[in-house]
Amino acid sequence: MTLVKIDKKNWAKGLTAAADAYRLFGPVRSKDHHRFNELEKGEMPDLNMVNTRLSPKALLFPQSETMLEYSLDESRDDHHIMKAVPKDDSPRAVIGIRPCDAKSTLLVKLNFDTPDVKDPYWLSAYEATTFIGMACDTPLSTCFCTTAGCGPYHEEGLDMLVMDQDDAYLAKILTEKGKTFADAAGWKATSDDTAAFDAGKTEAEGRIVSAIKTDNLADTDLLELHGAHFWDDVAFACLNCGTCTFSCPTCWCFDIQDEVHGKSGVRQKNWDSCMFPIFTVHTTGHNPRDTKTQRVRQRFMHKLKYFVDKYEAGIMCVGCGRCVRQCPVNIDIRRVCEQMNSFKPADACTAQG
Amino acid sequence: MFGYTEKMRDIAGRLLKECDVEMVIGFRKGTLPMMNEPCFVTTPEDVQSLIWDSNCGINLANYLTNRKEKIAVFAKGCDSRNIVTHIIENKIKRDQVHIIGVPCTGMIDKRKITGMVAGEIMAVVETETTIKVKTVHSETLLNKTDVLQQNCMLCGHRNPVVHDELVADPVDEQTDVDRYADIRKIETMGSEEKWLFFEDLLSPCIRCYACRNACPLCYCPTCFVDEAKPQWLGKGQDPTDVRTFHFLRAYHCAGRCTDCGACERACPVGINMRLLTRKLEKDCQDQFGWEAGLSPDQRPALDVYKANDPEAFIK
Repeated sequence: MTLVKIDKKNWAKGLTAAADAYRLFGPVRSKDHHRFNELEKGEMPDLNMVNTRLSPKALLFPQSETMLEYSLDESRDDHHIMKAVPKDDSPRAVIGIRPCDAKSTLLVKLNFDTPDVKDPYWLSAYEATTFIGMACDTPLSTCFCTTAGCGPYHEEGLDMLVMDQDDAYLAKILTEKGKTFADAAGWKATSDDTAAFDAGKTEAEGRIVSAIKTDNLADTDLLELHGAHFWDDVAFACLNCGTCTFSCPTCWCFDIQDEVHGKSGVRQKNWDSCMFPIFTVHTTGHNPRDTKTQRVRQRFMHKLKYFVDKYEAGIMCVGCGRCVRQCPVNIDIRRVCEQMNSFKPADACTAQG
Repeated sequence: MFGYTEKMRDIAGRLLKECDVEMVIGFRKGTLPMMNEPCFVTTPEDVQSLIWDSNCGINLANYLTNRKEKIAVFAKGCDSRNIVTHIIENKIKRDQVHIIGVPCTGMIDKRKITGMVAGEIMAVVETETTIKVKTVHSETLLNKTDVLQQNCMLCGHRNPVVHDELVADPVDEQTDVDRYADIRKIETMGSEEKWLFFEDLLSPCIRCYACRNACPLCYCPTCFVDEAKPQWLGKGQDPTDVRTFHFLRAYHCAGRCTDCGACERACPVGINMRLLTRKLEKDCQDQFGWEAGLSPDQRPALDVYKANDPEAFIK
């Protein structure tokens, strides 16, 4: 691990130099919110943001991604043959990603990069990407990263972590990818001020005011929790819209669709949501998750129980708080997690009479 | 409206205790400033969780249908008009629902208020006429009338049009409200300008369908966007598909929409899709003198044929 000090005067210069070797992505302001965009030549990421409205997961996992294309024109020799579409997997760097979002990339990787099955679309984008994180010194009151296996200075998933030091940035180079980027940017002035990093971390963690408890989730019986008495109450307000899943950095579900216009077609991968009734409809018409309560329970059980049991990598949540802030009816994962974590199976017996 | 909460708990407690209803649908306090959560209570002990303030903008008529219980529901003017629409459309029987009318002075616009102050809002305290917004560093006092949701600013039916009892005396209705100034402005645009306007309006859409799902009118067992055979529109982010969803949805609400504002309020990306539904509302008004949800005894304009229906617009 190397520490590099970057004079703020050299920040833009460094990014401009790095842009020769990387496509750069970063947060930019758009009307009343921030979003991750590809930066135009000379454009700088706006690091004066708390976090983006939607998570940066779309950089690796676009909401709608064309995988294959084909022609239905039988006069062509290649009709009805699926062909890969060209994909730009040249090196890219995401500047200013928050540590929570970077950690979420590793959780999503558990799904897209398994020993048996690999998603080539996600994986090639992931491998092409260098993550330059911006430490989070001004978290929101809805941030609960420190109790969701993460934190404002968390390093997992990052290649470089940058902290703001008034007139300079202090950057911690965490991986080979991070070092290559620092070289491309010409950031070479090493520093030994690890104390500043540690102090910044402690201070920022102190600003996280929201917390969840997850200590009982793994040990609670799955079926008992599934049958818990509180699900109807939790689910009542839910509209079954896709806001929580679409804004979540760790939700990875997608649907594959063919779109045909005239004689040409594409096969696309689109975000899907377990909140949508058609998510689980079988071709017979049967829907194993036909009710709102079943769908809401699925979302929370997946994040806070099935994932915990399956991967032993904590919960499938990094505490970014997007779903908390954006849910139109204020269903709050912190509250649901509290109910799940404090659940005693005896309650279920009483409820079931 | 400020101070309704105690009265509401009394009413809900009485209805449950006397077994007049099996459940009461209302709001409980949210976990964030300017947010409340729709909820139900089934026992007199639980009524203490019920609250009412200027953050109850979600339309509770949306929670009434496809239930077996006898239900009591708190209904603002707009909610009551949607209950009327449900009754007309056979979604609920009048005797299944006990309507507790809530004379309403409007709901506050969270997005607007968030844009008016710098920094994260930590608390919002309201009185009858003011909204005090506290951030970590500052306190801002706003007039409630300046920060209402736009649909509430334009509202002509603050008092429930149908109810079994009222939480309080009726409030004064707003008069001299010009409901369609912004719609007229769009009507005067040329095609190209309109195209750009709608392109910009709908471009942030992520197709989460919060607008559709927050709407009491959208109750089709399978929405046209979810149909697979035939598949009416693509499921990706193609702008044509996104626009088709919004325009068709609006047309499905023609002559039915009460402008409760739940769609716009629910939208996570701040799209004012009410511009579409209000244009159709204006057309219904202009063409048929029709306003949705005012009486269960009157068939909606688009539901009946009359020999003297206007036809000048047919070209």
